Amino acid sequence: MIESLIQLYTTDFVLYALAAGMSLALVAGPLGSFIVWRRMSYFGDTLAHSALLGIAIGLLTNSNPQLSIIISCLFFAVLLTLLERRPGVSTDTLLGIIAHSSLAMGVVVLALSDSIRVNLEAYLFGALLTISSSDLLWVVAVVAFVSLILYLFWNDLLSATVHAEIAEIEGTNVKRLNLILVLLIALVVSVSMKIVGVLLITSLLIIPPAAARRLAQTPEQMAIKASCIGSLSIVVGLTVAFFLDVPVGPAIVVAASAIFLLLYFYPSVQKA
Amino acid sequence: MQSTSLNNSALISAKSIYKSFSGHRVLEDIKLSIEPGQIVTLIGPNGAGKTTLVRIVLGLLQADSGEIFRRTSLKIGYMPQKMHVESTMPLNVFRFLQLSGKHDEAMVDETLTLLRILHLKRRQLAAVSGGELQRVLLARALMRKPGLLILDEPAQGVDLAGQAELYALISEISSNQGCGVLMISHDLHLVMSATDEVICLNQHICCHGKPEHVSNDPAYLDLFGARASQDIAVYTHHHNHRHDLTGKITHSHDD
Repeated sequence: MIESLIQLYTTDFVLYALAAGMSLALVAGPLGSFIVWRRMSYFGDTLAHSALLGIAIGLLTNSNPQLSIIISCLFFAVLLTLLERRPGVSTDTLLGIIAHSSLAMGVVVLALSDSIRVNLEAYLFGALLTISSSDLLWVVAVVAFVSLILYLFWNDLLSATVHAEIAEIEGTNVKRLNLILVLLIALVVSVSMKIVGVLLITSLLIIPPAAARRLAQTPEQMAIKASCIGSLSIVVGLTVAFFLDVPVGPAIVVAASAIFLLLYFYPSVQKA
Repeated sequence: MQSTSLNNSALISAKSIYKSFSGHRVLEDIKLSIEPGQIVTLIGPNGAGKTTLVRIVLGLLQADSGEIFRRTSLKIGYMPQKMHVESTMPLNVFRFLQLSGKHDEAMVDETLTLLRILHLKRRQLAAVSGGELQRVLLARALMRKPGLLILDEPAQGVDLAGQAELYALISEISSNQGCGVLMISHDLHLVMSATDEVICLNQHICCHGKPEHVSNDPAYLDLFGARASQDIAVYTHHHNHRHDLTGKITHSHDD
């Protein structure tokens, strides 16, 4: 078994998968923490679903798939931010409408174009093991960029999250920060599609921070521990997927959920 | 509409402020000015436009028309009416105060001591009680050494004894640090000793002036008279029965 593990983690495509997954987990810790604190998980979900429409359009127009996903995610992020401010329809309803209609439109458009035969499942649930070196480069570049921006605006983002009006009066440009955060989420969602797929992206963003909550005394601890838990989920998920021959994306999410449950119930069991 | 020019000694002054929300007029011809070291209290019934006026003064909301002069580089400390504490975020009081900028720990301790909440410094925000949270918010407002403090119902959720103490504290801070204070209150009697000027608001300014003047003004009595006498009634109501030493009812007048 150890031999096969060594064999597994010395294979090129597995190493690519591991590197891409771990980089994503790294940035998903702090970014996902903001999604949890601001209760934006439905927002992330909607963004991820609408990305499928981006893929379909990208394939139809024969443009760089990675680029078209990024552009469509950014477009939908701005659109959602603008629509959220409109009265009359609740944000919750609006997100529900956009999430599912864009997902359905994506599937319809893909099916309509006879010339393209795509593996829909790969987009819905991820295809981590098919990651190429250029895919990996995209992931690493985006993760590095998003991490840098998060680092630079960390305190302001926290302040705006805790109380937007106090932050505004203290001189923070809250509207700009909100837009920055939404665009960062869009960027991360767009590169994580290959790793866990549109249906599971949000889980990778919110499960690790939720699991880290009980282990943290400060926002920074929560973010860093979430990154660690995310990385652990990637390794465990990948290994389990290999031995049980199950899809990698769902295996990673199952691993993350298992860690969450373990951490959520462990301390209370100890107390009792 | 807004300008930073300085036309007098005021920290902030506003005049002819009008504001409507979807056709419904909330503020009408409001005039207001706050000097350094002066405490101005806004009182008025629910829906009188107190919070709207404060938000306009803060710059969070635009007035439909009117003029606001703000002293250049005026630092404002703002204490909101309430704050939702997100339980999913681990954050202690010290870190919360640091969100307004990197502050010297000694300075933070000094402020917390002044507000008598030094023992809360390492406490998680989610574990702080409602009345304590008001003081933590006041501490946050004081962190940047503001020239003007704006407090939206600072005593909300604080018990009666605590309220009097809190208002005394605000007045102490104002005179020690020379900062102006604009606050909203429901209860003139409680803030009376801690305020220099009262503005009684009900969409327009009903009356204004020194607290003892306002409390006798017909416009004030019109707005608050009924309620104020009800408050008194709580203490002067007629008993229709008596208790013996053990608390048992001995007899009743109504019988």
